[in-house]
Amino acid sequence: MEKFVLHEGLVAPLDRSNVDTDAIIPKQFLKSIKRSGFGPNAFDEWRYLDHGEPGMDNSVRPRNPNFVLNQDRYVGASILLVRVNFGCGSSREHAPWALQDCGFRALIGESFADIFFNNCFKNGVLPIVLPKHEIDALFGLTEFSPGFRLKIDLPQQQVARPDGHTIPFEIDAHRKESLINGWDDIGRTLLLAEKIREFEERRISQQPWLFA
Amino acid sequence: MAKTLYEKLWNAHVVHNEPDGTALIYIDRHLVHEVTSPQAFEGLKLAGRKPWRTSSIVATADHNTPTRRWEDGITDAVSRQQVETLDANIREVGALAYFPFKDKHQGIVHVIGPEHGATLPGMTVVCGDSHTSTHGAFACLAHGIGTSEVEHVLATQCLLQKKSKTMLVRIDGKVGIGVTAKDIVLALIGRIGTAGGSGYAIEFGGEAIGALSMEGRMTVCNMAIEAGARVGFVAVDETTIAYLRGRNFAPKAELWERAVSEWRDLVSDVDAKFDEVIVLDAARIEPQVTWGTSPEMVCGIRGDVPAPEDFSDPVKREGVARALQYMGLSPRTPLSQIKIDKVFIGSCTNSRIEDLRAAASVVKGRSIASNVKLALVVPGSGLVKRQAEAEGLDRIFVAAGFEWRQPGCSMCLAMNDDRLEPGERCASTSNRNFEGRQGAGGRTHLLSPAMAAAAAIAGRFVDVREIF
Repeated sequence: MEKFVLHEGLVAPLDRSNVDTDAIIPKQFLKSIKRSGFGPNAFDEWRYLDHGEPGMDNSVRPRNPNFVLNQDRYVGASILLVRVNFGCGSSREHAPWALQDCGFRALIGESFADIFFNNCFKNGVLPIVLPKHEIDALFGLTEFSPGFRLKIDLPQQQVARPDGHTIPFEIDAHRKESLINGWDDIGRTLLLAEKIREFEERRISQQPWLFA
Repeated sequence: MAKTLYEKLWNAHVVHNEPDGTALIYIDRHLVHEVTSPQAFEGLKLAGRKPWRTSSIVATADHNTPTRRWEDGITDAVSRQQVETLDANIREVGALAYFPFKDKHQGIVHVIGPEHGATLPGMTVVCGDSHTSTHGAFACLAHGIGTSEVEHVLATQCLLQKKSKTMLVRIDGKVGIGVTAKDIVLALIGRIGTAGGSGYAIEFGGEAIGALSMEGRMTVCNMAIEAGARVGFVAVDETTIAYLRGRNFAPKAELWERAVSEWRDLVSDVDAKFDEVIVLDAARIEPQVTWGTSPEMVCGIRGDVPAPEDFSDPVKREGVARALQYMGLSPRTPLSQIKIDKVFIGSCTNSRIEDLRAAASVVKGRSIASNVKLALVVPGSGLVKRQAEAEGLDRIFVAAGFEWRQPGCSMCLAMNDDRLEPGERCASTSNRNFEGRQGAGGRTHLLSPAMAAAAAIAGRFVDVREIF
């Protein structure tokens, strides 16, 4: 997994609540058996004016000029500013894969859906929860200050605005450690293999019907 | 100290605790389907790792499979490759049970697990599918997980989890005639919102939940995720035990007796404290229909489509305005005046035999309205399909103008050919009314099987209680 320590980047705003993972990556693209290549189809139904299918040349498809991420000022953005309950619905990990493939390293919002939130960490994408008044202010700054950037400092757990205002955020110690080191959860868990084996043997003897 | 059912299930599965509260949880049952597993199997192989315990796996192909002309196979080459990849992966590693495409037991993963007794009380159940919460009906801790976690479970038989807060949703009293499990859960989502259960494990209880069959409880738990909760469950009672007796993978003889005596403790203690309690009065729940693009945009069939100005929060107001535009609806339109183009009866929410019986009882002796272009019934599994056929339900549906299909996820998420065309409006027994969910530009209204059947007959939404 790619490490996440410090990140500075252009911010793009997506001012909608309850953005679901069907919107982030529509179902027709889930037929792929790969982990990569989903970026051009992120927000496909909002991004393009025609209907997208796997295998199309996305560079020639008509773009929706009203979709915020199609605006020139947000080209190259690596921080996505969102609202409430972002990533709700389907558990598809293709959603964070698609966002990452579009260049997003961090998401900042008021709240995230549980499964999506968790999936982000597995891919080195940092979802940050901030209070509503901070999010409101960031939406304002992003809209009215072209080229608005933020600095994210994971070890210090803070987001810094260009005007010097810093905003602290919470993160579980285990997740923070994995992100900073780029550690793979499976490798970490397998260090506990002996403990898992003991637990399993006890369970097999006590509740054998679970192991039919 | 008094414990909630969640705490009992959690404590029974903790292998290891990290100082920050992250725990390693042992996984008893791993359900696998074709869409979210190929990258996990590939990752495992690339890392040179072996699956930990393949006898925990129950697998099937459901999301991509066609529901008609099975003799042609899967004609979409990309879908076919995904299903063939699942075949190859399961053949290589093995499983407790695998129901491939066209197998007589094939079906939706959340239907086949319980019907074979592969979902047992006290288990942790995971699947790379958010509707895994369905299995909570059996007092299981059942989580939807992402593909990285599928790989993690394959490799370690464990999941890294933080303990959730606990929420009791108590449905007091009895529901009225024509009001179903689907209406209960939609009414709940209308009340607490699609993020209302975020961070919580929801226990469903109260008289109205106790009165539900296991199939009804599965419908309720299925949509816990639509209330934002990753897990939802119901305590064990006689209904649970009666359902499991004699099923394929349920314990037998002396083991059955031992298991049952343990299962009876899978209830919250009387004095257990929940972080949050929500109470709904069952008698006040009406048959529900969604009007927007989020399951929380829902109201009783006698209601009207709201107006954006009814909502004080500006972000919400904007969301409602966008939803009404997408749905092609005007504020204050009575739901009963909204005409439909298609009907879908199916999905892991509502494709079990009781759902089909409820729909058939409304349809019997009637015909679908002339403005309904397509009405589909897609049974949840091969077993459900054959049971329905043995009861003659298929003939009732076909006589009324419905199409009777092969099992699968079908038009719930429209990965196969069953889908809405842009602008088409559908009465659907599925679980998500998101933009484009049933096909780009399609307009989905969620409701119960009986209400979907009534809508098919009337050609518009109608209070099923007027038909009874």
